[in-house]
Amino acid sequence: MIEIFLAIALLIAFTILLSLYRAVLGPGVFNRVAAVSVIGTKTIVLLVIIGYYFERPLFFDISLLYAILNFIGTLAFAKYLERGEVWS
Amino acid sequence: MNAKSGKGFGILVTFCIMILFWLLLSGIFDAFHIIAGIICSAIVAFISHDLLVRGKGEKMLSKSFRFFIYIWWELWQIVLANFDVAYRVLHPKMPIDPRIIEFDTSLRSDFALVTLANSITLTPGTITILVEPERGKFWVHAIAKKPADALLVDKTMQSKVAGVFMEW
Amino acid sequence: MVVIDVIVTFFLAAGIFFMFTGVIGLLRLPDFYTRLHATGKCDTLGEVLIIVGLLLDHIYNYVYLLPEAPLSVKLVPVKLIFLIVFIFLANPTATHAIMKAAYKTGVKPWKKGDARM
Repeated sequence: MIEIFLAIALLIAFTILLSLYRAVLGPGVFNRVAAVSVIGTKTIVLLVIIGYYFERPLFFDISLLYAILNFIGTLAFAKYLERGEVWS
Repeated sequence: MNAKSGKGFGILVTFCIMILFWLLLSGIFDAFHIIAGIICSAIVAFISHDLLVRGKGEKMLSKSFRFFIYIWWELWQIVLANFDVAYRVLHPKMPIDPRIIEFDTSLRSDFALVTLANSITLTPGTITILVEPERGKFWVHAIAKKPADALLVDKTMQSKVAGVFMEW
Repeated sequence: MVVIDVIVTFFLAAGIFFMFTGVIGLLRLPDFYTRLHATGKCDTLGEVLIIVGLLLDHIYNYVYLLPEAPLSVKLVPVKLIFLIVFIFLANPTATHAIMKAAYKTGVKPWKKGDARM
């Protein structure tokens, strides 16, 4: 039963590899920012699965923190690209 | 008088929410951690209480109850309509026809506008682009004719959110 | 093979199906705005389904079968529910913010019949 989680984690790592195509190639900066936000979202799930598989309950707190950081990072990017400055 | 009572109420509610989060997230209940939690929650509540609680709204209890019921309807809509986007993406001919539409609503308060914008973004077929708070105007990017019509012609989601916050 | 194993596998399979749909949409769709449709919605739902599957498995194995576990193990489902609520609020807001930035900077939307951009 616990091996199913490892298979899911490998499939998620494969989708991260697929979305790197859009992060490298995507014409313009907006496609790249969207792809990096997607990679951040998948990292959160990967952290939770790895923490559950190796029986380390500390990883759930780390994934909560990284969710907040990813959100603020994407918002800062969007603000800078729209106005030219982040803090007026 | 009105502003002072709003400030104290805001600090108290923020302090209670912070203490609740601290106790639920740590799980350790000895004296050192609880006293550290009270000190940290008090500092956070003093500095930034006006980010979480804005003024004193009326009829908060019935609004929260109706909001709680609205969330379950919305979760069902999300699951149902994500199959629609999966069909559009995986179909070999990719039947999409994107367009940008705009419409007016009768909602004016902050929380109601945010709830409607979040619901529009979460149900597949539409994403909110711009919101103008004075007249309640929304600019929305739709991916095909059917989701765009569900917002422009049927207006089910707007009437449900207006029913929750009582701002017809 | 207990009933809870079947339910957890169902949630995990549905979650990974939606994640794959999101990434295939990111690669296949012709325009920036339509790509955000695919990732901003399918990714969020796929994530939430996987975390719900993990939550059910944790509750069955560690809270129901072992009643003498310490309190910090019993409070893990609360942390995962916080994570789910935060993802439901944060992902659509980030999607909307970056779409607003693109619209105001002048990225052109794609109409039917244009070239792929």
